[in-house]
Amino acid sequence: MEALKFNSLQDLKTADRGNQNRSGPRPRVISLSAASCGQASGALAVASAFESARKELGLEDKVEFKLTGCHGFCQLEPDIIVFPEKYFYPRVKVEDAQQILLETGLNGRFIPELGFNDENLPNGVSRLEELPFYQNQLRWLIDQQLDLDPLSLEDYLKHGGFQALGAVLSELTPAEVIGEIMASGLRGRGGAGFSTGLKWKLAREVAAQPKYLVCNGDEGDPGAYMDRGILESNPYSILEGMLIGGWAVGAAQGFIYVRQEYPLAIERLDKAISSLYQAGLLGEKILGTDFSFELELVRGAGAFVSGEETALIASIEGRRANPRQRPPFPVVSGLWGKPTVINNVETWANIPLIVKNGAAWFSKTGTDKSKGTKIFSLVGQVKYSGLIEVPLGISLDEIINKIGGGARSGKKIKAVQIGGPSGGCLPAELFNLRVDYESLPAAGAIMGSGGLIALDEDTCLVNLALYFLKFACDESCGQCVPCRIGTQQMVSVLEKITKGQGELADLDLLEKISSTMQQASLCGLGRTAPNPVLTALRYFRHEFEEHIVEKKCRALVCPDLISYVIDEDKCSGCLLCLNSCPYGAIEIASSGLPQIKLSSCEACGLCSSVCPEEFQAVKKISGKDRQLAQPGPDRVS
Amino acid sequence: MKNYKDGDRQVLKVAESLQKSIPPYRKNLIFFLHEVQRELGYFPEEVVLEAARYFSVSPAEIFGILTFYSAFKLNQSCLHHIRVCQGTACHVRGSEAIMKEFSRLLGLKPGELDSQKGVCLEAVNCLGCCAIGPVVVVDGKYYARVNLKEVEKIVAGLSARENAHGSAEV
Repeated sequence: MEALKFNSLQDLKTADRGNQNRSGPRPRVISLSAASCGQASGALAVASAFESARKELGLEDKVEFKLTGCHGFCQLEPDIIVFPEKYFYPRVKVEDAQQILLETGLNGRFIPELGFNDENLPNGVSRLEELPFYQNQLRWLIDQQLDLDPLSLEDYLKHGGFQALGAVLSELTPAEVIGEIMASGLRGRGGAGFSTGLKWKLAREVAAQPKYLVCNGDEGDPGAYMDRGILESNPYSILEGMLIGGWAVGAAQGFIYVRQEYPLAIERLDKAISSLYQAGLLGEKILGTDFSFELELVRGAGAFVSGEETALIASIEGRRANPRQRPPFPVVSGLWGKPTVINNVETWANIPLIVKNGAAWFSKTGTDKSKGTKIFSLVGQVKYSGLIEVPLGISLDEIINKIGGGARSGKKIKAVQIGGPSGGCLPAELFNLRVDYESLPAAGAIMGSGGLIALDEDTCLVNLALYFLKFACDESCGQCVPCRIGTQQMVSVLEKITKGQGELADLDLLEKISSTMQQASLCGLGRTAPNPVLTALRYFRHEFEEHIVEKKCRALVCPDLISYVIDEDKCSGCLLCLNSCPYGAIEIASSGLPQIKLSSCEACGLCSSVCPEEFQAVKKISGKDRQLAQPGPDRVS
Repeated sequence: MKNYKDGDRQVLKVAESLQKSIPPYRKNLIFFLHEVQRELGYFPEEVVLEAARYFSVSPAEIFGILTFYSAFKLNQSCLHHIRVCQGTACHVRGSEAIMKEFSRLLGLKPGELDSQKGVCLEAVNCLGCCAIGPVVVVDGKYYARVNLKEVEKIVAGLSARENAHGSAEV
């Protein structure tokens, strides 16, 4: 195939957009999800099965097969969507290839046995839109990915790519572009929610030269992967957004910083950038205009704090990612002391959409102050998990119970963790809360970059608070005392509580340390690190008190407060547990059934995991039950 | 990646050949270190000194960067890399117990290296595969929805592979 090359705006206008000048029915497209989660679930083996079956059956001209990025329903990877009907097949296996190609690809017939089956749905649900997970969403960004080859510039053009850039370069002034972005109401998707248009305007107005753009793809929040989704699935949309931004702000160089834990994203972005250089869409005098723009990919090296914008700057400059005091803000003094616009991946991906459809269209969706859509990674203990895109202002309840389908194990969802280590846990009573930049902070959480983790009764809020504080403690850069010492102290207090050695006064101590950290830390990491603890204390204080007073972990998580026991009524005496116990803590009691010697038990849980599902005879106990079960002289010989 | 020994002259040759393609601008320093990590698997002292000379910074500055970022290892490389995701979604699905089980079976704490078997166990903050957790990655192969029972199988698979490959390159 001839490499694409665009020398002028006219070249771009006449580019093959695929849909015109074609008559007759077009072949069906089988689209297989192959982002990281897809590949981790075997997508590549499935892909080669489809490719070879397509050859064998002589269907190469009749059925198109595509490897795409993420389809959103990550739990069911690898999945297939057949266009144009949008038939959906979850967890596709190698041996399904022939049948799907012939029945659905060629003949357009859905195969119910391979479709999505769920006890709450009528049998034979065939189309993507019929799945509850896909309903109630508004997918401006993710829908573009469903049948897009992320590595093909040609395919991006067929999906309307670079029309926005063409329009900007031929019809609009920089001020008009900035005005449009401001009017759209787009706010930073990295979590802080600063107006993107205003940021651009400020950077444009600074006299200093040169100016830089940065795409922040250092998505470090554990439990969140929205940016990875876009980076791997639609890299060109980010690049187009940056080109538009470069032109509007007056920057001639940009950097995309991606965390090294995302090798596939780095690989795809790297290829996308080279192809744009080849096509004349990056480099000198783009499309024959006076606009030149260079773009460089920077690989992170594994430090959560790099996502903080001043730390990000230090890291790109080749230094330790130590944050610094703001102001001056990066729009005034950023990379090498020059004005720098830093936006998140999802923010950049929204730019071409706004330019193409207009600010008025964009701002119709959302609330008063929070416009457009937002991608969340809906994970944890919900029934359906994956990447979702919803209009801002949607309620948590709709997200958790409608899109997520409620709890996955028949248990109750008791809270949702939103915003990662800087965010908080909101209880089920607050699920009518709207998801936007104002409502969440009022409740003690933050919008954050989009991590949304559903927690059921099996999650201990004290343990989770400890988890986040350990994370912050590990990732603290150590420059400023409140964060360096504060996180350590909070970890040790929380550890004491989870071990059953806490006192009630410790809860006040936690609040005191939190308040110091919030006020005196140098950067956002330290200032927001106490949030997970504070919200847990605000909404789940009783769980802390139970740990302290009753030595009880109601979620049966904290290892020092639980014991495993065997329920003799359920036990079949198969002795799998006895054979698996690494500590020799299981003995045969006088009844002939196995019994756990609590003094030797390390609470690793292996016995419970090997106990056959039909018996489930190993159970966990805590608090009063546990004290009663402590080995007396007559229990274990 | 070869299994280099300390004091091996070869390590300096690797650093020197990287210098041909990477100019000594400060901006390129972390990229250079990434390449060294990829080629050598760790940073022998002589390479740290060489990098400092090449980029005209102090060795302390290089050490500062190497110890700040988790991508860089100062210890001898490992042949088998087990990474257990400790992201929040994996955490609430029991990754802590999974890590403990790996620790027990391998006799290693997170972050430790078994220099005899060349196995290292690492806790990683989030691999971004949150919907299919708990996730474990062994030498680049992903294991999704790992439960306690499977840990033993994964570890057993490791020694099987070791036998098949001997001490060959991986």
